[in-house]
Amino acid sequence: MTAVIETQRLGKRYGRRWALSDCTLDIPAGRVVGLVGPNGAGKTTLLNLAVGQLAPTSGSIEVLGGRPAGGPAQLAKVGFVAQETPTYAGLSVADHLRLGARLNPGWDAALASDRIERLGLDPARRAGKLSGGQRAQLALTLGIAKRPELLILDEPVAALDPLARREFLQSLMEAAAEHELSVVLSSHLVADLERVCDYLIVLVDSRVQVAGEVEELLATHHLLTGARRDPATLPADQHVISASHTGRQTTLLVRTEAPIHDPAWTISQVSLEDLILAYLSQSADTTRGHRPVLEVHK
Amino acid sequence: MIWLTWRQFRTQAATVFAALAALAVVLAVTGPSLAHDYAAGIAACTAHGGCSTFVDQFFNDHQTLYFGLVAIVMFVPAVIGLFWGAPLITRELEAGTHRLVWNQSVTRTRWLATKLGLIGLAATAAAGLASLAVTWWSSPIDTAAADRFPRLSPLLFDARGIAPLGYAAFAFTLGVTVGILIRRTLPAMAITLTVFAVVQIAMPLAIRPHLIPPVRLTTTITATNVNGFLISPGRPVHVTVGVSEPGAWIISNQTINAAGHVVSGVPVSLSTGPCVPAAPPRPPFSQACFTKISQLGYQQQVAYQPAGRFWAFQWYETAIFLVLALALAGSCFWWTRRRLF
Repeated sequence: MTAVIETQRLGKRYGRRWALSDCTLDIPAGRVVGLVGPNGAGKTTLLNLAVGQLAPTSGSIEVLGGRPAGGPAQLAKVGFVAQETPTYAGLSVADHLRLGARLNPGWDAALASDRIERLGLDPARRAGKLSGGQRAQLALTLGIAKRPELLILDEPVAALDPLARREFLQSLMEAAAEHELSVVLSSHLVADLERVCDYLIVLVDSRVQVAGEVEELLATHHLLTGARRDPATLPADQHVISASHTGRQTTLLVRTEAPIHDPAWTISQVSLEDLILAYLSQSADTTRGHRPVLEVHK
Repeated sequence: MIWLTWRQFRTQAATVFAALAALAVVLAVTGPSLAHDYAAGIAACTAHGGCSTFVDQFFNDHQTLYFGLVAIVMFVPAVIGLFWGAPLITRELEAGTHRLVWNQSVTRTRWLATKLGLIGLAATAAAGLASLAVTWWSSPIDTAAADRFPRLSPLLFDARGIAPLGYAAFAFTLGVTVGILIRRTLPAMAITLTVFAVVQIAMPLAIRPHLIPPVRLTTTITATNVNGFLISPGRPVHVTVGVSEPGAWIISNQTINAAGHVVSGVPVSLSTGPCVPAAPPRPPFSQACFTKISQLGYQQQVAYQPAGRFWAFQWYETAIFLVLALALAGSCFWWTRRRLF
């Protein structure tokens, strides 16, 4: 399977702060990839590196087998909807489509005007007068109608109300399915990603915590509930992601390839949201310098 | 890319070119009658005498408009740097639209090349139009004022010929470069204006006089060549002389003593002897005074650029500013590719 984004120990530093460090990823084609993490985790940095808006400080990145923004052909293959979905406030919707047509040899004019019509946008309206949701849709239209192989979106729905958010994601999914696009989408809203993604990357504090197919992640993570015990006594192939204890009970989220046979545990399915939250809070603990093995909640 | 450049630039272009077109129309309407008045006046005074009075009168009648036009030609490059150059990239950075446009199938280099190329051409065209129209309209007055304000003198030189083209190209690329470095429109405009003003002042004071070695002349001070005195009691008399070539740009005008050293003035007694100043309207010093100065061994040393070098200076000046503009454009490409995001 070919990779849409392949990074080797990729890092980006601003002054003395690493916005992204030691990031090694291999994202397969044909997926809708969710990039999740808290604000400031390095999501935007990673995506900007992938579209060539930034140059890496260390390591390497290849997108669809080429250097990001390495030339017109590379630019044509990757669509990008940047954070806050920027558009030219003074230019009309029609001007934006014209811009797309002039600047992209692979421009699909029929697709673009169809989408604009379906969205009910007035072509003569200036982009500055559009609502946030309409502007995001216009930016998405520009991204899709250049007919890229990979579409990268940086927090496209962050500023939208729930209804506009759902509509946006829905039209993104339709386009992805129709044009067999690979999509990489960042968000700090777990619920959005749960709905649309089939591949997940969790990025916290400039590091990748976990990356993989959603199905596989769900199949290899288990929620174990049982009588109170020290997580250190678990078999070596069971990695504890999070642990919580009450006076008599212990609840663990573990990752393991092998089935769990220990009858002491009640094993239950973990939701994607719980899984993501576990990784987010895990790294919050590690950054504090110590990770309590046994934490008692009474 | 050309379409987008034009679409984003057309309002600014229309504003500047509409103003210049209005100016050109006004000059085109009034220019011929001005030239006619001057030619008729010269013809009349050649026949009946009194040409110097006519020339003074003619210059005085038109000098407000004349210097106003000089100011306009000098402002055009500054306006271009401020309103076309500085916002060119800061506007995109402030609105975040660089992230939209740099992810179309056009490289940043081509994007910038189109913008710098097209708007740079428009900038030089605007300055060229202003300079051409004003140079044409002002030519009778330039002739009339050749003694007082030679074309080579700092103020007029900047507003004549082809030099404004170089200034416009420089101001525009300066604005773009400052914009890339500062990233915000208003501070970029302020810095562009400051730097451009400093360069425009430093150029005629420090650099232009030395582009071609000046003609040096050592002459006795006579009643005919003397241009002015500065008489202050108890101090040597400060003297300046003129050169016989009309339209020369005098760069230095110093008095030297018998030993050949530069002195601040001629130390002659103003209370007794031949150099007691006469009361106006007579010239302050008599022929005897000049003879006395000459006997004491004082001479005047003048360095000047003859009027005939005007076009040589224009070409040098334009070339220097075009080279500066190219260097700035090169740095724009470097910064856009390397450092911006």
